[in-house]
Amino acid sequence: MLNIGNKQKRVDGPQKVTGKATYAADIASPFYHAYVLQSTIACGSITAIDTSAAEAFEGVKGIFTHKNLPERLKNKVDYTDPLSPPGKPFRPFYNDKILYNGQPIALVVAQTFEQARYASKLIKVTYEEKKFKGSLSDNLKNASADRAPEPASNRGDFKKAFKNSDYTIIREYRQSRNYHNPMEPHATSVEYKSDGSLVVYDKIQGVASSLKYLNGVFGLGADRVQVKSDFVGGAFGSGLRPQYQLFMATLAALELKHNVQMVMTRAQMFSFGYRPEVIHTMKLGCSKDGILKALSHKTVGETSTFEDFNETIVDWSGLLYKCDNVNLEYELTPVQSYTPLDMRAPGGVSGVYALECAIDELAHEAGIDPLEFRRKNYVDYDQNEDKPFTSKELMACYARCEEVFGWKNRKDLSKTEPHLLKGYGMATGSWEALQQPASVSLSMNEEGTFTIKCATADIGTGTYTVMSQIAADKLGVSIEKIKFMLGDTAFPDSPIEGGSWTVSSVGSAVASVCEKFKYRIADIWKRNNPDYQAVAFEDISFQKGKLEYGSKTFAFTEIMQQASKEELSIAHSESPAAGQNTHSGYAHCCVMVEVTVDKDLGIIKVPRLVNVSAAGKIINPKTAENQLLGSMVWGLGMALREEGMVDTRYGRVMNANFAEYHIAVNADIHDIHTEFVEEKDDKVNPLGAKGVGELGIVGLAAAISNAIFDATGKRLRKLPMLLDDVLEA
Amino acid sequence: MNTNLVHFTLNGEPVEVAIEPWTTLLDYLRYHQKLVGTKKGCDHGQCGACTVLIDGNSVNSCLCLLVSLDGAEITTIEGVATADNLSPEQQIFIEEDAYQCGFCTPGQICSTIAMCNRGEINSEEELKDWMSGNLCRCAAYKNITKAARRIYEES
Repeated sequence: MLNIGNKQKRVDGPQKVTGKATYAADIASPFYHAYVLQSTIACGSITAIDTSAAEAFEGVKGIFTHKNLPERLKNKVDYTDPLSPPGKPFRPFYNDKILYNGQPIALVVAQTFEQARYASKLIKVTYEEKKFKGSLSDNLKNASADRAPEPASNRGDFKKAFKNSDYTIIREYRQSRNYHNPMEPHATSVEYKSDGSLVVYDKIQGVASSLKYLNGVFGLGADRVQVKSDFVGGAFGSGLRPQYQLFMATLAALELKHNVQMVMTRAQMFSFGYRPEVIHTMKLGCSKDGILKALSHKTVGETSTFEDFNETIVDWSGLLYKCDNVNLEYELTPVQSYTPLDMRAPGGVSGVYALECAIDELAHEAGIDPLEFRRKNYVDYDQNEDKPFTSKELMACYARCEEVFGWKNRKDLSKTEPHLLKGYGMATGSWEALQQPASVSLSMNEEGTFTIKCATADIGTGTYTVMSQIAADKLGVSIEKIKFMLGDTAFPDSPIEGGSWTVSSVGSAVASVCEKFKYRIADIWKRNNPDYQAVAFEDISFQKGKLEYGSKTFAFTEIMQQASKEELSIAHSESPAAGQNTHSGYAHCCVMVEVTVDKDLGIIKVPRLVNVSAAGKIINPKTAENQLLGSMVWGLGMALREEGMVDTRYGRVMNANFAEYHIAVNADIHDIHTEFVEEKDDKVNPLGAKGVGELGIVGLAAAISNAIFDATGKRLRKLPMLLDDVLEA
Repeated sequence: MNTNLVHFTLNGEPVEVAIEPWTTLLDYLRYHQKLVGTKKGCDHGQCGACTVLIDGNSVNSCLCLLVSLDGAEITTIEGVATADNLSPEQQIFIEEDAYQCGFCTPGQICSTIAMCNRGEINSEEELKDWMSGNLCRCAAYKNITKAARRIYEES
């Protein structure tokens, strides 16, 4: 009953297509509705706040501001969550200080959503404003390496090697700020129980993070609060840290002793984390025959004034190609904004964008085909960490992508249309293959149905389906016999769903608990059948819900009946094998794109996108391919559409809506293709699987930038690349 | 507060309701009827997550006041399936994996049904244009297009 590797349809599909999948705002209990009023200045303090008119408005149940925050939330309160960066986390309503424009300054709770929203507009606020630095460019002189973690060690002698190189480039690349914007706005529904305990339905990528926060801030332990999250309407990192709606809904529920729901508006989805704006300076040198001799990558990124958010950006430049003289620098500078937040392939997508543009520029200087240049500088060893890779089939990706795309004869493929310029570009992509500790429980009932529980999440990645497949495969039962449950703090601990590590972490735990089950059921069978007591476990097999020995079969349910057992329960905790730190685990890909640029109007289109990935064992090609395709579209959006624009005079996001913050739509996507090459990996984790949720976005924006150069002869060196950039360049 | 009396059909059932004039169809469905399959993604007509069918046409329910719907026939995702059976559109969305997180899916399916009701799709580009009112941040666009094309061809 092989299930791993099948194109299994999603087991939660029927719920999703019928509207029965319940997200955090879809809970049916009667709720009071909470609406947040946000500051209209970026820096300073509140001098007066008059809530009297709002309090008097019909339906209003309560108003919370810094004036009436309960004292118990001020002393010795821990506002951190498991992914807090260094610094002091934002504390809503803690005092009169304004740290960023859009900061929640009042919460109105009312019978209906409309009443709460309307009443919030009746609150009168006066401020005292202070001067501030509203953007990265405004505050570059305060950039400092002291606030950032140290990158991978420098190696060799960059300066000398750069000087001695035959071809060199020095280039600057800029990326604008990007906002996650999952389709589901952040929401929390809190049910207040008669004994004062809470059930909290939160939009989060791991319920344990919400619980940790609620415990730190409100002193609510697992005995008084249960956090649930059955379905998450996308997150892409926005749910890695509890967002302020969790604080708001919980505060109001506790104070009003009533169910409270808070759902962010789309505009409020721009009032917390984002992928930070960064500026890269790249210096690369190679020999006449295209061998990379010297590489320097310096990145300056923005953070908030209260937390030092950091990413692993420049290290990728020391990893992707063989180079013995490498210099890496990373600096942060504070701006008057909320703290940035990990967003799909954090760090990697930024570092590799700059690297893959620079590599293309250097290849062009040296007069070498960009694919050939990358092959020449291929590395089969992690020079940053001084370790071999667990596996790396990037060469196979290059070969297959070259073939599928038709890279060699690409220029002949052009059907010329007089007003369109055509160009072709490529890039390498990579993402970490990590495994974290995870725990699961398994139980089989008397009907032979298995329930497996873990506090992990399914943010659209397919966790429900893939875990069910792994269990069905390992237990030798049909997938219909498996019920995988997640998103509940009552379930065994899981790492947060991020970093593309859910399959490797939770999947490995699921595989192991199934193995344990087989030993256990075999034990029970032997104990109750004296004839078979001496049978070795290796001589037993498991098929179709039955234990098989020789020509005899024994249904799991019969074995249970015989032992008068109604349920069999097993728990398991899995940690990465001790030997894993001897190797570096990464997934890799090659992406090739075709662009057209309108000569007169500068309009950039991407008629063709091809990605070939090496990511170990693919548990479900259907969901894995979908993940890859989605992240490729993200790469396109990042390259050509997405730009969080801040008015630096006010520190305010100017385009906090879908009409002006453009994400890729259906009509932007044309011929898009992804496939996997075979990659065997017996070291990365017990399943040999690497995550794919982040891989496809890495390198893609560079490939589009490189293709635009191929089409127009113009290097745009910034993201997003817009039609006016083409016309002005 | 002043209310207006409105009559309409909701998922095949006749409804009469006295409603405040500012209540949108979306808020009525979610808060009054607890039909939470219809999603609020932006509340501004920019994302399509709240798409429902009114007299067979796709409409952003967040941009539509309930008082304006007297006599209308409203179908939400909850009214697409028949009893316990998934509709062909729902089946095809599952088969083609035309979603990831599922949040935009009810809207995508309603838009696809409206496209079939209307007809007049002559090319892949026209189909993509039609479906572009429904954002999918997971970006399952390739599979959504595949599913919508199959549904259109089989309708």
